[in-house]
Amino acid sequence: MTVLFGQLFTGISIGAVLLLVALGLALTFGQMNVINMAHGEFIMAGAYTTYVLQQSITGAGLSLLVALPVAFVVAGTTGMLLEILLIRRLYARPLDTLLVTWGVSLMLQQLARDIFGSPNVQTRAPDLLTGNVAVPGGLTVANNRLFILALALAAVTALTLALRLTPLGRRIRAVVQNRDLAAVSGIPTARVDRTTFFLGSGLAGLAGVALTLLGPIGPTMGTNLIIDAFLVVVVGGIGQLKGSVIVAFALGVLQATGEYLTTLSVAKVIVFVAIVAFLQWRPQGLFTLRTRSLA
Amino acid sequence: MTAVTPAPPSAAGAPAPTDAAPPNRPGGRSRLPAAAGFACGAALLFAVAPLALSDFRLALLAKYLCVAMVAVGIGIAWGRGGLLTLGQGVFFGLGGYAMAMHLKLADAGPGGMPDFMQLYGQLDELPVWWRPFASPWFALPATVLLPMAVAFGLGSLVFRRRVRGAYFAILSQALAAAMVILLIGQQGTTGGTNGLTDIQGFFGYDLDDPVNQRMVYFIIAGVLLALLALARQLVHSRYGELLVAVRDSEERVRFLGYDPASVKLVAYVVAAGMAGLAGALFVPAVGIISPALIGIVPSIEFVIGVAVGGRATLLGPVLGAVAVAWARTALSERFPGTWTYLQGLLFVVVVAFLPGGLASLWALARRRGAERAEVSTS
Repeated sequence: MTVLFGQLFTGISIGAVLLLVALGLALTFGQMNVINMAHGEFIMAGAYTTYVLQQSITGAGLSLLVALPVAFVVAGTTGMLLEILLIRRLYARPLDTLLVTWGVSLMLQQLARDIFGSPNVQTRAPDLLTGNVAVPGGLTVANNRLFILALALAAVTALTLALRLTPLGRRIRAVVQNRDLAAVSGIPTARVDRTTFFLGSGLAGLAGVALTLLGPIGPTMGTNLIIDAFLVVVVGGIGQLKGSVIVAFALGVLQATGEYLTTLSVAKVIVFVAIVAFLQWRPQGLFTLRTRSLA
Repeated sequence: MTAVTPAPPSAAGAPAPTDAAPPNRPGGRSRLPAAAGFACGAALLFAVAPLALSDFRLALLAKYLCVAMVAVGIGIAWGRGGLLTLGQGVFFGLGGYAMAMHLKLADAGPGGMPDFMQLYGQLDELPVWWRPFASPWFALPATVLLPMAVAFGLGSLVFRRRVRGAYFAILSQALAAAMVILLIGQQGTTGGTNGLTDIQGFFGYDLDDPVNQRMVYFIIAGVLLALLALARQLVHSRYGELLVAVRDSEERVRFLGYDPASVKLVAYVVAAGMAGLAGALFVPAVGIISPALIGIVPSIEFVIGVAVGGRATLLGPVLGAVAVAWARTALSERFPGTWTYLQGLLFVVVVAFLPGGLASLWALARRRGAERAEVSTS
């Protein structure tokens, strides 16, 4: 029983990381149908921001708190720049956007290598987040994992509320549902796109801060995460967040269970096969926006 | 080389300018220039290159030509069919591993085991799935058929359910990720991160001997020419026309009564077979196959050469792949950092601002020349 709960928690915590990474993607991919391969490098940007801040702010806890908003802005601004300079020009060509942003991600990785060096760097975790918490039932869970779970849930809640309640959220939803109609109704779609990209990339920055608690920071840290995150969005269905949230946790638990029963490598293959099988059943993802388009 | 307009794969539902198709269909053109070009290429590969290049350079060229074979397949699947496959490394790897497994077993002799197995796995006997590869009659067809079977399996599931565009690209990339993780995880039977290395012989010929290396080069050059001829036939057939139609307007093709899923499937399977063959020939040319050569990054690097050369042309992918691979070797040795920047920039500039690749520049120049000739005669 303890083992079962332990695996379940590991799965949920893998899911929380996936969710943090995938949230930003769900926004940008969902709204603009744009595959941003450089999303992983925004994660890296967030992580390195934490590292840099820790060089100047000595208290590990304080620097982490400061890093959250700063990383959001740093990654968000980078993303907005990318949108303005490149992605905006390629909206009609989603596949080409994928390749172009891959090129950008290569350059950003090399930039990180030139600035911070190829070897991984490490941040210090605040004392509060290094221990374990005993949960009733003879189970211990790591504090940093709990923190990431809380951060992921907070991000989901904040984003959901923002999309539901604020005027900006209403505009974003309108553009997702029907870009042409939104434009005709007087919504400045180009500006909404830019803001969405800022938000989505900023969320990647937050994910980067969270990841510094789990492991070392390196130039290629984003690449490994990004594909799993894309799968989350594809399986969850684009245009809404609900699907991504459910799928992120489901994939996390599947991965953890598979890993427990077999090995890490076999678990990855199991997840991939499960995804292909799932897409046979629901090719448009778990939840879809009802549209009248053919595709 | 008769270039179909290298239009970028348009978004689903976007109106495609198919009505404005020129009356002279590609198949109706004269075959003479193509035959002359083919002969030129053959002369270059078989006579000029072996005479002009040192053994070392020729071995490098053999490696590039393997990459070019993958590019021919990507040119068909992506350039003509609009299927951006970011996982060609998987098929390259399947072909490569099938060949390398056979060569390792042949090196070990009858009843022997590859050296690495005792090293990591402490295995007493050969794993069951290795055994068939001892026979060349199984291993050689497997280098092509195994990748084609995997592509058929994934493709028939995915295309039938109309998973397309970016979704397909991501899935194909995830396949590459899963394959690499699996190979590394099963170190005892696959060689792990190191891959299958130190391959000595090639069907009885010692690969250390420069003469035999040249023989491998000639085989590779011959196979590449054969694949180009095959690709030309395919592209200029009715099927080739249909494939372009599916790329430009899938719904319209469906309404005309064709099944776009099977059209795409053929292109994907053909591209996989070409990548498998390339992987199989890469092994004797370079002497190693490893996860680092087939993962996500190399898979996407196969695509960049195609984009640079011109995705929708026949020769563009080949020339682009060789040029990019050559530039990589030339620059990355001296300035590793600079090469990464340059590679990123190449992706951005070519794909964003020159989607037709360098071939479109050539076509543009030719059109300009024709216009000028018209003006001067009138």
